Amino acid sequence: MNLRKYLKVYKKFIHTSLASELEYKTNILVDLVTAILSLIGSIFLLSIFFQNNGYIGGWEFEQALIIQAIYTILNGITNTWFNPNLTEIVKHIREGTLDFVLLKPIDSQFFISLKKLNPSGFLEIMLGILLLFFCIRINQINLNLSFLTLSLITISCSICILYSLWFFISTSTIWFVKTWNAIEVLRSFLYIGRFPLNSFSLSLRIFFSIFIPIAFITTIPSEVFLGDSQLWKILLEVIVATLFLITSRKFWLFALKFYSSASS
Amino acid sequence: MLEYRVEIALWAISGIIPFFMLNIWTNNNLNESINISDVLLSRYFLCAFFVRQFSVVWVVFSFEEDSLMGKISPYLIQPLNPFFRYFAQHLAEQITRFPFALLIAFFFFIFNPDSIWIPNLGILLLSIVSTFLSFLIQFLIQSIVACLCFWTEKASSIERLLFIPTLFLSGLLAPVVSFPAYVKSWIYFTPFPYLIDFPANLLSGNETNISGGFSMQILWIFLLFPLFKKIWSEGTKKYTAMGS
Repeated sequence: MNLRKYLKVYKKFIHTSLASELEYKTNILVDLVTAILSLIGSIFLLSIFFQNNGYIGGWEFEQALIIQAIYTILNGITNTWFNPNLTEIVKHIREGTLDFVLLKPIDSQFFISLKKLNPSGFLEIMLGILLLFFCIRINQINLNLSFLTLSLITISCSICILYSLWFFISTSTIWFVKTWNAIEVLRSFLYIGRFPLNSFSLSLRIFFSIFIPIAFITTIPSEVFLGDSQLWKILLEVIVATLFLITSRKFWLFALKFYSSASS
Repeated sequence: MLEYRVEIALWAISGIIPFFMLNIWTNNNLNESINISDVLLSRYFLCAFFVRQFSVVWVVFSFEEDSLMGKISPYLIQPLNPFFRYFAQHLAEQITRFPFALLIAFFFFIFNPDSIWIPNLGILLLSIVSTFLSFLIQFLIQSIVACLCFWTEKASSIERLLFIPTLFLSGLLAPVVSFPAYVKSWIYFTPFPYLIDFPANLLSGNETNISGGFSMQILWIFLLFPLFKKIWSEGTKKYTAMGS
C-alpha cells in the first residue's frame, strides 16, 4: 500500500466534496442551527431528568454533560464522514455504479468510505469540543499527559467502532438492496449514547455492551475524563475496536464476492 | 406496500426510542417527582410509540426527490393536487405498519405485564381521531416545508431543523407534565404537545383536557391549511421544471 498515493487521493476527495457542498451555503447554516438546537434539546431533556434527582445512574448533571459533549463530537464526525459516504454505498449498489469503484486502481473500502465529506459536521464537532472544554472547567479536571493520551485513545476507539457499525449496515446492502431503514434503526439505537449506561436497566445494559457496543462509544471516554475508569475497560474498548475494524474489512471483502452488478 | 415488509418492520423498530426513555424514567425512579405511577408512565410511553407510528410524516423527502428528478411536472398536469398522492401513500403505509406495531406492543406487555389495560371504546375512538388530527397537522407543516423546494431545492434540511423541536417538545421523550414551569407556560400555545403528548395521554388514561386538546388541534389545522394553499399556489407559479 502506497501511503503517499492515498494521501494525495484523499486531498483530491476533500477538494471536490468541499467544492460541491459549498454550493449550498444556506444549507450549511441551517445545519449549524440544527446542531445547536439539538444540543440545547438534549441538555433540556437531561435537566428534566435531573430536576428532582441529584444522580442518574450514579452520574451528576455536570458529569453527564461530558457524555453529551462526546456524543456531539461523535455525531459531528458521523455527519461529516460516515453518513454522506455510507449512504452513497446504498446508491452505488442500487444503481450498479459500484462497478466503476471496483475497477479503480485503489482500495475500494478506502474509496467508498472517504470519498465524500460534509463540512457542516465540522461545526458540530467544534460545538462538542467547546462543550467539552466547558465541562473540563466545571468538573475541575486536571489536564496531564497520561489523561490526554488515554482520552485520545478511547475517543479514537469509539470512532472506529462507530465507523464499523455504519459500514456493516451499509455493506449489508449488497444482499438486501434497500437498507435505509436499517440505518434508521442504527440511528435510533445510537441515541442511547447520549445517556450514561448505568441509567438503564441491567438487561438493556447487557444488550448495549455485547450486541451493539454503544456503551463503549460514549460512556468509557467520559469515565476517562472523570478519572474513574478502570484500566480493563479501556483495554476492552481497544480490543473491541480492533475486532470491529478487522471484521468490517473481512465483511466487505466477503460481501464483494456476492456482488453481482446491476442487471446481471 | 406489502413488497417492503422488512422495510416497514425495521421502520417500526426504529421508533422504539420511547421505550428506552421509559427505561431511564423507571430505572431511576424519576416518575415519583411528577406524581405518575410506574404503570401509567409505561402506558404513556407505549401510547406515545403508537401515536408516533401512526402520525409520522415524510412527505418532504418524497417531494424533494420527485421535484429534483422533475417528476412533479406530469403530476401538475393532472386535475388533482399532487399532495393527495402522497397523502394516500402515507395512509397506506400506516395500515401496513399496524401489525408490526401490535407485535411490538405484544412484546412490551410480556416484559411489563402490569401495564396491560383495555381502554374503553369511546376513548379508543377519540384517541384514533386525535392521532389522525396530529398526523394532519404534521402533514400540513411538512407540506408547507416541501413547497419551499420550489425556491431552495433542498428543503429537507429545513425539515431536519423543524424536527428537533418536534422531537423534544412533543412528548415523545418525556411527557409534557414533567417539563419545567418556564416551558409549560408557553408550550400549550404551540402545536407540539398536541402531536404526541395529547393523544398519548388520552389513550393511556392519563389526565388531560380533552375538549381543549381537540380544539387546539382543529385550530392549528385551520391555521395551517390556508397557509399551505397560499404557498402552493405561489410555488407552482414559480415552478420551472428542472433543466428548463
